[in-house]
Amino acid sequence: MLAGLLTCTALLLAASVAAIGLAQRREATTAIYGIALIATVVALALALGALLAGARVPATLALPIGLPWLGAHFRLDALSAFFLVVANLGGASASLYGLGYGRHEEAPARVLPFFPAFLAAMNLVLLADDAFTFLFSWEFMSLASWALVMAHHRRAGNAAAGYLYLLMASFGTLALILAFGLLAGWSGAYDFAAIRTAAPSALMGAAVLVLALAGAGSKAGLVPLHVWLPLAHPAAPSHVSALMSGVMTKVAVYGFVRVVFDLVGAPLWWWGALVALVGGITAVMGVLHALMEHDLKRLLAYHTVENIGIIFIGLGLALAFSANEMPAAAALALTAALFHVFNHSVFKSLLFFGAGAVLTATGERDMERLGGLIQRMPQTAFLFLVGSAAISALPPFNGFVSEWLTFQAILLSPALPQWLLKFLVPAIGALLALSAALAAACFVKAFGVTFLGRARSAVAREAVETDRWSLAAMFMLAALCLVAGVLPAWFIDALAPVAQTLAGSHLPERHGLDWLTIVPIAQSRSSYNGLLLFLLIALAAGLAAVAIHRFASNRLRRSPAWDCGFPDPSPATQYTAGSFSQPIRRVFGTVVFRAREEVHMPAPGATQSARLQVQLRDLLWDTLYVPTARVVGFAADRLNAVQFLTIRAYLTLVFSALVALLAVLAIWQ
Amino acid sequence: MAIALALGVQLVQLTLILALAPLLTGFVRKLKAQLVGRQGPPLLQPYRELVRLLRKDVVLAESASWLFRAAPYLIFATTWVAASLVPTFATGLAFGYAADVIAIVALLGAARFMLALAGLDVGTSFGGIGASREMMIASLAEPAMLMVVFTLSLLAGSTQLSYIAAALQAPEVGLRVSLALALVALIMVALAENARMPVDNPATHLELTMVHEAMILEYSGRHLALIETASYLKLLLYVSLIACVFFPWGIAGPSQGATTYLAGAGVYVAKLGAAGFALAVFETAIAKMRVFRVSDFLGAALMLGLLAALLLFVTQAT
Repeated sequence: MLAGLLTCTALLLAASVAAIGLAQRREATTAIYGIALIATVVALALALGALLAGARVPATLALPIGLPWLGAHFRLDALSAFFLVVANLGGASASLYGLGYGRHEEAPARVLPFFPAFLAAMNLVLLADDAFTFLFSWEFMSLASWALVMAHHRRAGNAAAGYLYLLMASFGTLALILAFGLLAGWSGAYDFAAIRTAAPSALMGAAVLVLALAGAGSKAGLVPLHVWLPLAHPAAPSHVSALMSGVMTKVAVYGFVRVVFDLVGAPLWWWGALVALVGGITAVMGVLHALMEHDLKRLLAYHTVENIGIIFIGLGLALAFSANEMPAAAALALTAALFHVFNHSVFKSLLFFGAGAVLTATGERDMERLGGLIQRMPQTAFLFLVGSAAISALPPFNGFVSEWLTFQAILLSPALPQWLLKFLVPAIGALLALSAALAAACFVKAFGVTFLGRARSAVAREAVETDRWSLAAMFMLAALCLVAGVLPAWFIDALAPVAQTLAGSHLPERHGLDWLTIVPIAQSRSSYNGLLLFLLIALAAGLAAVAIHRFASNRLRRSPAWDCGFPDPSPATQYTAGSFSQPIRRVFGTVVFRAREEVHMPAPGATQSARLQVQLRDLLWDTLYVPTARVVGFAADRLNAVQFLTIRAYLTLVFSALVALLAVLAIWQ
Repeated sequence: MAIALALGVQLVQLTLILALAPLLTGFVRKLKAQLVGRQGPPLLQPYRELVRLLRKDVVLAESASWLFRAAPYLIFATTWVAASLVPTFATGLAFGYAADVIAIVALLGAARFMLALAGLDVGTSFGGIGASREMMIASLAEPAMLMVVFTLSLLAGSTQLSYIAAALQAPEVGLRVSLALALVALIMVALAENARMPVDNPATHLELTMVHEAMILEYSGRHLALIETASYLKLLLYVSLIACVFFPWGIAGPSQGATTYLAGAGVYVAKLGAAGFALAVFETAIAKMRVFRVSDFLGAALMLGLLAALLLFVTQAT
């Protein structure tokens, strides 16, 4: 299976090389996305087979490429198999979507060569079994996605987004290089099998945790390293945005899980506290930023930040439980996090595809210029609604199940002995609850302003439904949202081998009578049956509809909207994205964003129009990034002088550097 | 046999709540009128209104989409299912295992999500104002509610309502500070969620002060009837929830005799009456607050809930 997966990856790389030559041809789009679709579907089937077979005995393979004394090691275990399923599911749906969406691409030569390369790089990261291969693939993944972000580099803001992305990606890789350097130790054993057997000291472990959190977290979008994400993800073409938000952030989560759960060894309890706290803050900050946003794709990117936070809450709890030798609780928290990884990749891809369909139909990402699209694009609207309900954690969809599992894990935490955790975990529970409620508000805004109401511009009034390929990809993902929501037991059972290897336990597998009900710990503690809820709701709604239409009234008249007797034909009188989030901005934004509203009212009788100005400040950017940039700029200015020295000065510099180095080495020894 | 009994209890509960919900609202209205010295509408007025609305044509705005027509059925169904899973007169509900109290909160969230979307669908400013404010209120009320849920499930060691009710009936629970804080927080959330005073005025006709009523302004006929029924059911759900968790006396356990069930039903109706009376007195005594004071009110509820949960986290033996 491992060989098969590597063959698929090689096929993707070959397609990428072929695309360089062919990209100018018209049929290249179909060919490249078709090949990518086939390769990812095969890889998906192989990974799914490995996961369902348990992948208990990991398969390994070493290829004589890469560093001469190391080679390239690959390994397929339950964890990689699960993340390969996520990655290739996202890849396959993006390829299917690309078959239709790619036809509208104005610069295919800038997208086609990098798209399969990006997919291949993500597969390689997930398969890598030594630090060199891992980091090489990780960098390859960053650069391929950077090239895709820069596909439309002449559009305002994209070049800056790409620059910021490049900076943050190199920072993240630097942190990971240091982490692997510490793990490899003096002996420099870079393959994971050797790292796994070495037991690092507590201090070393802590340093690796922080570095992995910074390195993988900057790619995944953890606050405060998230700033590039909402700029870079939306800048790429929509199916690539879906891949970056839905899949690449998950590859980053994989990197974190691989290092912290697998390579470092036994965790300490405060690791869990740190990770869960960062996750909780990330979740709330992400959703608050999203609420302030009226660019549809950027709003979705901020929601990625939020969901990554939710995933890290689960991972942090799993670490805390593991450190306290509570394997059943650790397995629950880990399963919740991993299930959310899967769920988020599904509904986030779906939502980005929907945003891409809107973008194709109208050329607009700004919600304030959309509206009423449910009339013009009914299928896209329905599918986007399913995605919105799923990401807002509403039953019976899948997002609810993973958040429910996370809540169940939080409710197990009073048993943790450490006082800090006792205080922290309920607060994190409150943050999680707050972010779930705010996410629902945000998606009422996103769906309501974009698809409902009346069209706010001519382009929205004349939009047409998107193509069949795109719709097929979205239908597939929407169906998965529902299936994973009503039959979560199947998915949780598939996660059992992963939880078993990483947490030493897994959720009770469901056989027998109540096999569709999920019971994390015990029947008397909690249970959930999505299928039954779904059927009950459908039955109740159907019953009500039939009874009312049969026995009461089924007549219907159309008339102008009532609006308390003063309907205004201008669509400008509707609520906009800005006005929808105004109450929430007043409640939360005054603290978090230092939101200021200024109203300029002309004097009575004056003819000029009134103006409302809203100012939001990103405190994190102002307090962390601006000073850092200033320090770097200052240092660069000063160091500039080193460029224009005499040869004597250079020689002195080199000599003193050598002496200093030797002195350090002598003291160290 | 036990399964048949549980199924029977579930079916009785489904019809009972549907039958009682308008009565509770009618009772509160009548009491409120009498408290301020008016005659008040008859107790059965809500039923008459529902029948009248069901018979009328639907007048649909020209800009309304399919979502506007589908939403009432989904809102009604979701609220009905959620309300049917809260133990009222007996705990042995056949479908009780399908959703714990977190899922019930989420089901109400789903109903609210649909309602807010329906408010935005026609594209009028009143619908938008209602939807926007409703979601602001919910964004604070839902976490407060979940904090209460945390407190209860930590005490009971379960998030299943039937187990919580049984566990809190046990004498060793006793009086606890956490429970008192949770009760206050839950009542505040219930007032906000049901658009009652001091958060929203259920009897207002001044559109700018409305939240719930502004969202459903464009609804008429059978659609309006369904939404009204859903809001009656929601009030009943919250009263049942508070009764089942904080006043769990008299609820019949699973697999009991007919007399126990009848007694349970009697006690339940008495609890509804008491809650309705308390609500009417409270609403008569208090004034509505400004919309942006609501965030303070619900923020207090959230803090109380968090405090209750924290106290339990800290005091619970390992």
